[in-house]
Amino acid sequence: MKAALAAEWTKQRTVTVTGWLLLAAAVVTGLLSAAAAAAARCPAAGCGGDPARVSLAGVEAGQAAVAILAVLAISGEYTSGMIRTTLVAMPRRTSVLAAKAIVVAGLTLVAGAVGVAGSLLAGRLLLPGRGFTAGHGFAPLSLADGPVLRAAAGSVLYLMLIGLLSLGVATAVREPAVAIGAVLALLYLFPLVAHVAASQQWYRHVEQAGPMTAGLAIQATTGLPGLPIQPWAGLGVLAAWAAAALLAGGLVLRLRDA
Amino acid sequence: MSAPAITPYRSPQAVGRDGFAQLVRAEWTKLRTVRGWVIGLFLVVVLTDLMGLFAAGSSHTACITGPGRAPRTGRACAVTMPTGPGGQAVTDNYYLAGQSLAGNGSLTARVTSLTTEQASGIGPNPVASLKPGPVPWAKAGIILTASTRPGAAYAAVLVTPDHGVRMQYDYTGDVAGLPGRVSAAQPRWLRLTRAGAVVTGYDSADGRHWTRVGQVRLAGLPSSVRAGLFTTAPGWQTTSSSFGGSEGDGGPSQATATIDQVSRSGPWAGRGWPGTAVGGANLPTVGVHQAGGQFTIVGSGDIAPSSPSNGARAQTIEQHLVGVFAGLIVAIVIGVMFMTAEYRRGLIRITLAASPGRGRVLVAKALVAAAVMFVAGLVAVIIAVLGGIAVVHSQFGYVYPVTTLTAIRVVAGTALLIAVVAVLAVALGAILRRTAAAVTVGIVAVVLPYVIGIGSVLPIGVAQWLLRVSPAAGFAIEQSIPAYSQVSNSYAPAFGYYPLAPWAGFAVLCGWVALAFALAVVLIRRRDA
Repeated sequence: MKAALAAEWTKQRTVTVTGWLLLAAAVVTGLLSAAAAAAARCPAAGCGGDPARVSLAGVEAGQAAVAILAVLAISGEYTSGMIRTTLVAMPRRTSVLAAKAIVVAGLTLVAGAVGVAGSLLAGRLLLPGRGFTAGHGFAPLSLADGPVLRAAAGSVLYLMLIGLLSLGVATAVREPAVAIGAVLALLYLFPLVAHVAASQQWYRHVEQAGPMTAGLAIQATTGLPGLPIQPWAGLGVLAAWAAAALLAGGLVLRLRDA
Repeated sequence: MSAPAITPYRSPQAVGRDGFAQLVRAEWTKLRTVRGWVIGLFLVVVLTDLMGLFAAGSSHTACITGPGRAPRTGRACAVTMPTGPGGQAVTDNYYLAGQSLAGNGSLTARVTSLTTEQASGIGPNPVASLKPGPVPWAKAGIILTASTRPGAAYAAVLVTPDHGVRMQYDYTGDVAGLPGRVSAAQPRWLRLTRAGAVVTGYDSADGRHWTRVGQVRLAGLPSSVRAGLFTTAPGWQTTSSSFGGSEGDGGPSQATATIDQVSRSGPWAGRGWPGTAVGGANLPTVGVHQAGGQFTIVGSGDIAPSSPSNGARAQTIEQHLVGVFAGLIVAIVIGVMFMTAEYRRGLIRITLAASPGRGRVLVAKALVAAAVMFVAGLVAVIIAVLGGIAVVHSQFGYVYPVTTLTAIRVVAGTALLIAVVAVLAVALGAILRRTAAAVTVGIVAVVLPYVIGIGSVLPIGVAQWLLRVSPAAGFAIEQSIPAYSQVSNSYAPAFGYYPLAPWAGFAVLCGWVALAFALAVVLIRRRDA
């Protein structure tokens, strides 16, 4: 397993695209969060805003870069034929996938932590100037604050789980275009379906089931009782999606010719 | 000694033509012979329709039919709305003190006050909860209508609390007159004259100097019409958006107007001004009280086009098109692969050897992708709309009617949207050459701005800006009911109102696609294949 990890790490390290994608994930997350924080307004007390969620909004776009990284980690091998060499060298296919998962998780945790830290910093600097002041009932964003810490750490975990979900899907379908399309469809279609569901009941069910809609509940720091799903339960839903995808990918990898 | 003449070998085959038609045919052959892409085309249709039908099916809601009653479902919840002369769904609910006018004539009156109150939308006794509150588009004035049947053709001049004097007709027409709020110190004289089917509205601040506000021809106006004094007040609504959805609160309103100095000319029938609650009494307090020449009229409701709003149990046709997002994702995947597969397999070298005009190759590819996606999209959208309407009707729901022209624009425009996005995908594939990156950029550019725009993280202004400049502006082509400036409503992207007009939004998308395509042509010419 140690050798498998070393092999996967070497593959990721020596491909230039990995660095670019990690950079993109961190930068896109940070920049879009800053843009959201700059655009947010809280004109009066009780404006109903959630400063933590606003300043972490860039995760919705940054996750796309994480998804590409994870998809390429396995699909790239199928496109180039490298997968056959890999499997000859390491016939235990489950170990290959596990090693890939660990490397992808580690890389996305680092990129996610940088992006989320940048987002929070931007939020801390920008939001007080947009009406999110103590006078309107908002303390400045701080990691010493329990819910904010949970939102920040949860967002990093969220990005990691998106990476694992993408890896699982890509292992199952192999073709990179189809894999990334399927992952982004899973992420972005649930909020759209929830939005057109006319009844409140259906809306909540769809929000509870979607990997992005449920997973991003981890970012909520205000209005928790009204949420369709609670923060950690929501992240749990995403973890279940990721586990299911990895399981499906692992099964397909074991059963199918490479 | 001379060398014998050598005749070079010539193939007996006729020389093949290297025209654009051959190029298109070659690209079409490439597309249709890849099994995965053909399956993908069917997937565009299937996913679009399945998601649309799910959305239509989930619209099954319960309703409360009266104060203090238990929620009910099924036929008891059936929503119906009158249809106006233009074919649109309307609200036609006001209190009228009117008479019959059998021919040409005119009616003049003075409004000296207009006050408004709001009632709670919940609780058994809305009247007890009435308290003064602003209703910017409450209406009081004089009206001339084909009949008191809801949805009838009409023209009216009226005063409003916040928008001055208006002349309104046939629900969607709205012309501004004198500005300012009406009061005893600043009364407003209003006049309507009718000549055949032509109705003209005037206003005056002193009863002597009159200004024409507007003139309208009401199609199919019978010779005998109802005309008189009226008051109405649209229900109030507040929407507070919070994370995880928006919550609305609302209820009926009522307006009380004082009208005097009523005079008329022409063949009027009758002497008194009997009251009618047109469209039913919204609140039990509505009615008319006459003392001397002064009328006090209390009304509740609205005379206006009905527009989709938060919590309304009625659907627009584009709500059945949510599946288009799934179809678009598949279209982007196919469009990108249609281009990048050439690079991966090295086919691009053969393609460019056979047809050295590289720009032409790209145009042919885009054309084939667009045509194929347009057909698949059209099939998908027609099924989604017709199926969605059938499902909603089977659940006693209501779908806003639209004119044939609007329906064609929504359906064909959405298919065109899918086609144009497929061109964008081909261009992205040529620019980036990397499949996964191109697919991601395509989906993030087209779908993500919409997801963020309808979410509640950003304020409405930013969401509107996002849907004005990003490729997602193109979804405006789906909006079937316009935003009416004379109807108070939350015209937010989340409720289906786009900041740009349908074709303007589509033009923004086309601009992005043109930009990407031009870059792709430049790059494919410059770079080694």
